[in-house]
Amino acid sequence: MSNIDIISGALIVAGSLSIVVGLLGVYRMPDFFTRLHAASVIDTLGTILILSGLILYQGFNLVSVKLLLILIFILITTPTAAHALAKSALHGKIKPILGDD
Amino acid sequence: MEHHLVLSVVARIIIPLIMLFGLYVQFHGDYGPGGGFQAGVIFASSFILYGIIFGVKKLRSVVNPTIVRCLAAFGVLLYIGVGVVGILKGGEFLNYNLLSKTSEVGQHIGIMIIELGVGITVASAMIILFFAFAKP
Repeated sequence: MSNIDIISGALIVAGSLSIVVGLLGVYRMPDFFTRLHAASVIDTLGTILILSGLILYQGFNLVSVKLLLILIFILITTPTAAHALAKSALHGKIKPILGDD
Repeated sequence: MEHHLVLSVVARIIIPLIMLFGLYVQFHGDYGPGGGFQAGVIFASSFILYGIIFGVKKLRSVVNPTIVRCLAAFGVLLYIGVGVVGILKGGEFLNYNLLSKTSEVGQHIGIMIIELGVGITVASAMIILFFAFAKP
């Protein structure tokens, strides 16, 4: 096992752990906006770590370029989806829970 | 729509990429995963995204519903046409081997044209479905 294999394995494990953390957040958080915040951890940190681990594991070839394109696509689209969800929730009169409540 | 600024900017970036990916899935379908049906759905999803974000009225001015209906029929016609060419060349319906001099090239051409027909029909049918369910 070379060094790159170890690094990519560590990246994939870290990404999986952050997905587990995000899932726990979605399950345990009290209201919509905090749940959305926890879910965005899955979208950004989890996928970035897992996909970069896979890219390192592949080395430089066609598959890793495709993975890089997927990564860029996810980085553009998932924040937009979270933005649309939060905006439609605000328009739907969902109030976030504030500290004084 | 002005109050959907982020969505419209991102859609402008994403829609051409979705179309490009649809064409890739279409024409790479005989070497990798993909094919006409998936490519048609992906290609139509770019139009549906445009319709959701910029409004159905604008989408109707981009793609004419009558032309889309004609295209849906044209794809089926392309599919059947390849089959009839097989009959006219003295073989069975959809016999790809007779489309060119060698059977291998003939199969490539046949699969490509048939998948193109499937793709055109599926994309048009998806756009028609979106028009049918969207509010006028």
